[in-house]
Order: sequence, then C-alpha cells, then structure tokens
Amino acid sequence: MSDDDDHWFDEEAGPLVRPYAVTGGRTRAVHPELDLITLVVTLQLDIRSWPGEPEYESILRMCRAPTSVAEISAALKLPLGVVKVLVGDLIERHQVMVRSSRAPDTTMLQAVLEGIRRI
Amino acid sequence: MAIGRPDSASRRVARGVTTVEPDHVSGGLDVSVTAVKLLIAGGFGVGKTTMVGSISEITPLRTEELLTELSVGVDDLAGVERKTTTTVALDFGRITLSRHLVLYLFGTPGQDRFWFMWNELSNGALGAVVLADTRRLDTCFPSIDFFERRNIPFVIGVNRFDGSPAYTVDEVRHALDVDDVVPILVCDVRRRESSKSLLVALTEHVIERSTVSMG
Repeated sequence: MSDDDDHWFDEEAGPLVRPYAVTGGRTRAVHPELDLITLVVTLQLDIRSWPGEPEYESILRMCRAPTSVAEISAALKLPLGVVKVLVGDLIERHQVMVRSSRAPDTTMLQAVLEGIRRI
Repeated sequence: MAIGRPDSASRRVARGVTTVEPDHVSGGLDVSVTAVKLLIAGGFGVGKTTMVGSISEITPLRTEELLTELSVGVDDLAGVERKTTTTVALDFGRITLSRHLVLYLFGTPGQDRFWFMWNELSNGALGAVVLADTRRLDTCFPSIDFFERRNIPFVIGVNRFDGSPAYTVDEVRHALDVDDVVPILVCDVRRRESSKSLLVALTEHVIERSTVSMG
C-alpha cells in the first residue's frame, strides 16, 4: 500500500484528468460546430435550477455579452475541449445560443477592412 | 475560396431560442454580432504574440487544448492514466471593429509538433499574416506551405530585428518562392501602426482574392 512508485496523482495523470473532472469525464462535444470563435450568448441566466459545476454559472455570467469559446476557455483556464462540452450542455438546456462564423461575403470583408482602418 | 461553412450560422441560430431582444446583452455588442478570425503565423520567436499584443484591445489571452483528445478522439477517460498528454497554448487578441463585428487574432503554435492544432485554427479563418525573420527565413516555410495548400490568403511581414540582414522585398520574395500577388511588407510588429498596416494589407488581399475567384 505504501509503494511510492504507484501513485495516482503523478504529473502524467494530472493535465488531462483534472480539467475534465468538471465534464464528468466527457471529452467530446455533442456540438461539433463549436469552434474557437463561436460566440456564446446567454439567454437565461437562471442558475438556481442548475445543480452542476460552478463553471456553468461563470459561463452564463460572462456571456451576457457575446463571448467566444476561446475567451471562455482563457477566462476559466479550462481547455477548449472542456469548454465545448460545457457550452454544449447549456445549449441543450436552452440557456445559451451560439453564433458561429459564416462564410464571408464582400460586404462583410469590406466592413472588416473599414473597421481595421478605423482602429 | 473554401473558407467558412455556409448556412451554419442560420441553422444554429434557428436551433437556439430565437426570442432574444437586441438590448438583451450588455457590452455594446449587438446579438447579431459576427466574429471573424485572422491568423498570425511564422516560426518560433518571430513576434506573433508581440503583434497580437500591439494591436489587440485586450492583453493577449491564452487558451489551451490537449493533444490526447484531438489526436486520439477518446470518448471517455478510461485508461487515461497511461496516456501521454501534451498541452498546446494559443495566444489570441480581440478587436471590436463595430457593434456588429469582432475580429480575433490568433497566433499559431510556433513548434512543428503542434501541427494538429492548425486545422481548428484555420477553419473559417479569413486569412493569415506570416511573419518572417530574415536571420532564419526557413522557419516560416511550413506556414507558407500550409496556407498555400489550403488556399488561405496570406501576406508576409518581414519583421525587423536588431542586427537582422536588410534584404529587399524582392530578395525575400525570391528566397521564399511565393507568388507575385502575395503582398510582402517590412514591419516592426512592436509598433501598433505597423501591425495595423499588415492587417489592412491582408484584408485588401483577401478582398482581391475573393473578387478574382468570383469572376
């Protein structure tokens, strides 16, 4: 029992296991359309009916203004894959809506150009 | 150009709850806001994060992804204690272009072993800035190859380093063997105006390319 070589919490086990604890071990998002710049917008901030991890509440609070999956990941210090799973859960519960990037047309590209020139 | 995924936005919005009023959100952004993405690529230590930082409205943020999940696609954590994981960090910045448009700048991972991340990064990207260091031009070859193969528009920024050889744009173009239509600019990405010039040149190039491809 006291064998030091057989330790659960070694460095190799840590990086993957800890972040995915909040998803109950799920690593694959149900919503494959979620990408780095998918914008998440909170529809319903009611967290009282949500018994889950505190990360859900953090996401709902952050996304009162449209916030990208990458920003959520950075703010919560969680890997992208974990954030996608959590956002997927919130989509299922209709608590957030998401806006993914779309194919750019000339109008959008011009707006990007004008926007960059203004900064 | 094979960028973006047509119809995806409308499909997803339709699936979500659609009763969102424009004043529902704070922060000055409309719920109809669209996000676009540009990449900053180049070899390790060439100034990618410096460029993101010089022009982003926020201090560059860092997000990360785990190699095991992407490369193996595991569905659960069974046996994870025996797997080797690698974390790849991505630095990115954000520029709010208008109430309806937000631009994200992503620095690409500078090490070859992180190529697996490039697919997610390049998916939907409008274009890329490839930063080159004239002391070691070869370090940007992989980035150029990648964007050429994917038909992703890019411009090259020759970043000035103290003591770096002062090649002409033509010499750099010859050394990198890139098409004449690819803009090459000399820059100093520590300076905001210089980074901005690169983004303007890139966006103009993207527009030019899209106009040509639409005939």
